[in-house]
This record gives sequence, structure tokens and C-alpha cells, in this order.
Amino acid sequence: MKITQEQVEHVAKLARLALSQEEIATFTGQMDGILAYVEKLNELDTSGIIPTSHAVPVENAFREDEVRPSIGTDNALANAPDRVEDFFRVPKVIE
Amino acid sequence: MKFQPVIGLEVHVQLLTNTKIFCGCSTKFGASPNSQTCPVCLGMPGALPVLNRKVVEYAILAGLATNCAIAPRSVFARKNYFYPDLPKGYQISQFELPICIGGHLDIEGEWGTKRIGITRIHMEEDAGKLVHSDIPGMGSGSGVDLNRACTPLLEVVSEPDIRSADEAVAYLKKLHQIVVYLGICDGNMEEGSFRCDANVSVMPVGADKFGTRAEIKNVNSFKFVKQAIEYEIERQIELIEDGGKVVQETRLFNPDSGATRSMRGKEEAHDYRYFPDPDLVPLVISTDWVEEVQGSLPELPEAKFKRYQEELGLPAYDAEVLTADRQLAEYFEACVTAGSPAKAAANWVMGEITRKLNEEGKAIAACPVTPQLLTALLALIEKGTISGKIAKTVFDEMWATGKEPAAIVEEKGLVQVSDTGEIEKIIDEIMAANMGQVEEFRGGKEKVFGFFVGQVMRASKGKANPAVVNEMLLKKLKG
Repeated sequence: MKITQEQVEHVAKLARLALSQEEIATFTGQMDGILAYVEKLNELDTSGIIPTSHAVPVENAFREDEVRPSIGTDNALANAPDRVEDFFRVPKVIE
Repeated sequence: MKFQPVIGLEVHVQLLTNTKIFCGCSTKFGASPNSQTCPVCLGMPGALPVLNRKVVEYAILAGLATNCAIAPRSVFARKNYFYPDLPKGYQISQFELPICIGGHLDIEGEWGTKRIGITRIHMEEDAGKLVHSDIPGMGSGSGVDLNRACTPLLEVVSEPDIRSADEAVAYLKKLHQIVVYLGICDGNMEEGSFRCDANVSVMPVGADKFGTRAEIKNVNSFKFVKQAIEYEIERQIELIEDGGKVVQETRLFNPDSGATRSMRGKEEAHDYRYFPDPDLVPLVISTDWVEEVQGSLPELPEAKFKRYQEELGLPAYDAEVLTADRQLAEYFEACVTAGSPAKAAANWVMGEITRKLNEEGKAIAACPVTPQLLTALLALIEKGTISGKIAKTVFDEMWATGKEPAAIVEEKGLVQVSDTGEIEKIIDEIMAANMGQVEEFRGGKEKVFGFFVGQVMRASKGKANPAVVNEMLLKKLKG
């Protein structure tokens, strides 16, 4: 086993996912299987090859620094679960 | 035991672009909440970021000005964490392949000249703003304003080469001056355009392994940086001396108490799981592009400081004052180009002009006396048409009216009197009216000489040529 149950719990916590014990066991097995599959790539000698960060061989897509209209406050807030004046309202952040 | 502080700084520089880094929303400060947003900066599903070319140009400028190498290929990465001011759940930043690497700045101080390494400069987007004020209806919640989300930032990361709070401030001031000179940042620390996190640790003097560091956030002035670092050094030393251990953590500086305090709960969040952002293609910067930007690099304060001394013959003090601000330096240089003698122009720019600007709370760009007018005034002094003293009167008039100095001199009859006959007549009258003082002078009390100079100048309404007055007065008094 490459992946431990603790690692799955840690990643779930970082992703704010509440998993049941059963799910943790399932995902541990599945993630381990995925890693084992990808592990096969290690059989290749990739030294001297630039790591691929993108699947498409395109580079340098720019826009010019010109202002375009924003969508407006009401549109921006249309999907907000909670709105006060022109703000999104969120639970107080603990600090 | 004696301890040695070790400090590294991370500076966030907000770039002066018109639009955000990945969308066309305006970056103008002070707009009403959430009015400058769009699907990209709101983090709507399916919205795609497109890189602002200007941000890349500014990053190259910053890199060149801080002696960095510009990476021929760099990549944007996602930094994953949850916070209400971060709509996408990740910040687009750069991680393994930043745009600038391996630079340095030289800082001057009581330590002489010291080189502080710059590890890297990378581009990233800012987060939104949380508002905790008592807006009616907010109750126990917080407000989120996403106008600032996606605003372009450069993060400049120094090597842990800094050894004291004073060195940290010197480094920051230098970096601040450079980005403002480059015109890529407004440098406003209070509004957060230039903000600093400090990594501080201490180790026993002579040790070769750094101690555990704490990261201090929220220091938004040079004064607070000094205070926060000094407090933190003291805290860590006391902790160790009392048998405790410094823990790696994020601490918040409180400007009211001057203390730092732990921000608990941030520890686990440090696992950011960076990976290349598939929405943004790699950035490839050709040597042609770097050369083009290099060509637009203005002369930096350090180079100006040297040139003012070596080529213009100014004292170090003048060179430092004049180069502190780019606009001031450019005004001064325009005077020299227009024909002003460098030292005279320096004196006027640092003296009268700065005084008037401060009085009226104006920036040099709004100075009503143009470099051409100041140069004309200096020429009148040089030719002996007016005295330095009268020149100040003329200057005030120029400031108020924007008129040519020669016109003012003529209009007000301020031409300096160098005619020896006229001055002699005044001296004779003054001496005749003050025979007592004449006797005193001749009796060896040379201090009364000043009295006579004053009387003659006053009688001539300040127009007598002081050099001629001095010479003639001395001759006459000595009899």
C-alpha cells in the first residue's frame, strides 16, 4: 500500500470533505490503485525531458491592459447565498 | 548566550496596471464593493483567465532592476487553500518556475555596503477583502468585497541574508524606491500597495544552522517593520533563554501594542498542494523581449546618485536628497539641461522649491515654476542683474504668477545696483549718520561691520550688490 488511511483523511480535511469510515477505506484502496498504475511511468528514463505542465503545446496567450466593463454589482451578487448591501455575507472568520 | 537574528522578507508589490491580471476588470481603488468584478475574478465555473501582458512587462522590469535573471520559460501554478476572500479555492501564483530568479540589492548603512540576495520574483493574483465593520444587517458575519480579487501582484522573496531590523528597513526602502521609480507600483503602504511579511529566527552567534522561524504578517509601514522585527527577536531570545522552543507559525503584528501574536489554526493550511494551472499556458520570454524592456528601464536612483556626484560634482548629501524621488530628480535634471549650473539648481530645488511645495502640500509635478523659469532666474543671479536675496522675492512672484523672472525684475524695479557711485553715496550718508559706530569700528570693534552692511542694504532696498557693498564699506570704514 502506497497510500495510507491517514493521508486520505488529511487530503479530505484540506478539501473540506467529511468522509465516513467506509468511504475512507474505499478511497484509500482506489487512490492506491491509481498511484500504482501511474507508477509504471517510473520505468521510463525521463531525465533530460522538460516536465509537461500542459497537454497543449501553446504558449503566450495575452490580453492587452484595457479595461472592459464589469458585470455589475447585482449580477455579481445574484448567486450569493447571503447578501448585505453590496457585500457577500459570510460567517465570521475565526482569528 | 549571544544571539544572531536571521531575517528574510517577502514583499508584495501591487502593480499599477489599469486592469486585473487575468481579466479586464478595472483595478481602480475605492470603487463600491463588488462593482469591479466579472466571472473570472468571481471564480465562476467555466470562466477562463487570460494573462495581462503589462503584468509580464512590469515583472521583467522589476527583475532587471534587482539584478535578477529572467526565466526564458515560466509557469503559473495553483496554490490551494480555503478562505472567504478567495473565490476559486485557489490562488493563481507561480511556484516551481517563477519569472525572475537570483537577484540582489546592495544596502548602505552603519554596516557599510551589504548585498542582500533576492531568491525570486513571481507574479500572482491578490485575494479579495474581508470587511468586519458593523454594517447594519451584517450581524456576526463578515462582508466580502471582491474588487481587489485578481489584482496583479509581484512577490519579491529575499534570501535570509538580513541580520537586523535596521538592515530589513534599508532593504525595504531600497526596493520601495526602485518599484516606484520604475512606475510599476504607487508605493502606498497604507493602502496595501507595498506590503511585507517578515520571516524571523534567531540562532546562537557562531552557529551554522538557522533557528526555527516565525512569519510575521500585517506590517504596513517602515516604522512597523522595525518595531515588529525587534519585538519578535526579543520574544524569541527570551523564550529560548527561559528554556522554551520557538515554533514555526504565522504571527500577526499589532501596531497598537507593538507586539506580535500567534495566529493559531494556520499550520495545517500550509499544505498548499501546488500544481501547474491547466487554464494558463506557459509563459515564454524571448531575449528580444527582455532587451526591449531593458531599453525602457529608467536610470535607477543608485546610478543617478553616482552620476550626480561624479559628473555634476554635487556633494553626496545633495545627490541623495535629489534622487530620493524620481520626479524631483527629473525636475532637477531638466534645470541642468536648460542650462542651470548644477549646484545652484540643486540648492534651489532642495531649498526654496521644496519649501514652497511643502507649504502648499503640492507634488513637484504641480510646481508652477518650470525648470526653464528657474534656469532664467539663476542666469539673472549669475549675471549680477539681481542679488541672491532679491532672487527669493522674484521667485515668490514667479510662483504666484508664473511670469518670466526678467519681466518681474523690470516691473518691480529690482535690478541690482552695482554702480559704485550710487553705492558710495549711500555709504557716505550712513557713515555720517552713525559716527559713533564708525569710531567703534576704527577702535577695533569689527563686529559693527555687520551693522553697516545691514544699514546700506536696507537703504538700497536690498538692491545694492552685496559684494560691492562689502568691499567699498571696508575701504571707507578703514579710512
